[in-house]
Amino acid sequence: MELVLAAAIGVLVASGVWLLLRPRTFQVIIGLTLISYAVNLFIFSIGGLRTGADPVLHEVAGDIGQYTDPLPQALVLTAIVIGFATTALFLVVLLASRGLTGNDHVDGEDGTP
Amino acid sequence: MSNHLIIAPIVLPLLVAALQLLIGERRRRTVVLLSIASCIALVGVAVALLLAASQQGSEATMTAVYRIGDWPARFGIVLVLDRLSALMVLLTAVLALAILPYALAPWRHRGGHFQPLLQFLLMGLNGAFLTGDLFNLFVFFEVLLAASYGLALQGSGARRVSAGLHYIAVNLTASMLFLLGVSLIFGVTGTLNMAALAELIPIVPERTRALLHAGAALLGVAFLIKTAMWPLGFWLPRTYAASTPAVAAMFALMTKVGIYVLLRLSLLLFGDSAGTASRHFGSDWMLWGGVATVATGIVGMLGARDLGKLAGYNVVISAGTLLGAVGLHQPAVTAGALAYLVISTLGIAAFFLVAGLLASDGDEETDDTLNLEPYDPGGDDSKSDALFAAEDESRVVISAPVAMLGLSFFACAILLAGLPPLSGFLAKFALLAPMLDAAPRLGARVLFTLIIVAGLSTVIALCRAGIQIFWAEPERPFAQVRLSEIGSILILLGLCLLLTVVVEGPLRYLGDAARQIHASAGYIHGVLPVAEVAP
Repeated sequence: MELVLAAAIGVLVASGVWLLLRPRTFQVIIGLTLISYAVNLFIFSIGGLRTGADPVLHEVAGDIGQYTDPLPQALVLTAIVIGFATTALFLVVLLASRGLTGNDHVDGEDGTP
Repeated sequence: MSNHLIIAPIVLPLLVAALQLLIGERRRRTVVLLSIASCIALVGVAVALLLAASQQGSEATMTAVYRIGDWPARFGIVLVLDRLSALMVLLTAVLALAILPYALAPWRHRGGHFQPLLQFLLMGLNGAFLTGDLFNLFVFFEVLLAASYGLALQGSGARRVSAGLHYIAVNLTASMLFLLGVSLIFGVTGTLNMAALAELIPIVPERTRALLHAGAALLGVAFLIKTAMWPLGFWLPRTYAASTPAVAAMFALMTKVGIYVLLRLSLLLFGDSAGTASRHFGSDWMLWGGVATVATGIVGMLGARDLGKLAGYNVVISAGTLLGAVGLHQPAVTAGALAYLVISTLGIAAFFLVAGLLASDGDEETDDTLNLEPYDPGGDDSKSDALFAAEDESRVVISAPVAMLGLSFFACAILLAGLPPLSGFLAKFALLAPMLDAAPRLGARVLFTLIIVAGLSTVIALCRAGIQIFWAEPERPFAQVRLSEIGSILILLGLCLLLTVVVEGPLRYLGDAARQIHASAGYIHGVLPVAEVAP
């Protein structure tokens, strides 16, 4: 379980960084999105992984040790919302840049004339 | 003092911005009046907070704490007011009030919703300065960044959008690093409250300490990107040069947010009481990073070809100076650094405004910064002959606004270079003198030398720009200067002048502030009352 999750996060980050360094704006935004997925998964896993456990309560109610830590979930929720909003904003700027410069290179000018 | 005053710097701009959005761009007068009222109120609140903070006792074991929702500090989010955060809130409010008149003048490239965005930026800045919780800090950072994206794009145009694109991409990546760092720290310690973290770090088990350090380092990288440390700061001069002057002036404070957080966290979490394994973690990185940043700034400034970039590299130099000073971990140096932070912020903001006024005569659609001629030591004889001929023919008449601009430019140059008699010199002296006394480290000496060299190269770069702008081209058409625009500059420079005359009180306050943040036990006990402190 840990290995699968770690590998997933690693692959997402690696692909994200690769795309982030590409020259086209669309690749950059996909790269940022992949990295943000990886970060969200990472935050989620910080609370600890348990396989086959009850979602919230075990048999005895009121034992704090049986609850999963709710804080990482709150954090990941906030991170998702903020990441989504800023990505949408980036998308708008990307479109504006495309409209103003006429191409989708991050520097606004295409290397190949 | 009512304790609720602490949350006012966050709630007030939020409400005003929301109201301004409801009123809409059409009723400009109402929106502007709301902005002015909000900024004046913020200055008032900040002064009240500052006075409250300065009464916290000389040794300052007390910190005013505001518990949001009245949850105990370990579980809820707290706002913390001490001398440093009160100072930063006041600086923010004063800067915003000072640039407002400039922003009121009709721009050639108008952007929408400047006023609400400015208020949101103020909310984010104040929140970042006041919060005592790492994740809350992330949220406020995102608020101020989102507002700054909008502000950086004010006025549109291909150059701004392209610079804004880089700015946003860099900052989104930095935010991801921020989140990774925060979650690693949470995973190790189980808390995000800064005071609780400071208390836990000395007793973290050895096998997880490496993870904690990795988390802190990731977090640090996120802030260093915002501070524009070499090699993470190449986005800065381009973005600042591309933004409209009023926005760039406000952005002069943005790198200081990074400095503030680094100062706060490195002293609180990895200060003298952090245990042998974690003590001064990362301080060498900040010191040498600061040195490298100052060096980059010097080279960039000498090579800058327009006034906007020149001002941008000045921001880089001041950020590097502060970063190095933070890395030294000496209370006296920190006090000097705080003085330098205030003066350099005001000075650079004024310089951005002056540069904007000088450049605003260009007619090009996208490129409206003032380009300087390439440096040519041999000199172009034919050109200089023509120049002298022109000067002989027509006597140069200096009109009042040009004289005003020239004087402002001159004052900015002296402030930024740190020459006597203005407060820039005092601030630099306050920073440099203890650096020699108390720090026999190699890095301190290198930083000392580089700061002096930076002052010299600032003089060279600004002399060159000033000669070309004011003397070499007598027929250069200066744009019409509005009273409100020059008013902003005069407010900023007047504040610097005031700080030249009134020195003792502010310096004593800054010294107290530095002592207070160096004594991390005071912060911890202020936030976590003794009954709550873990055994």
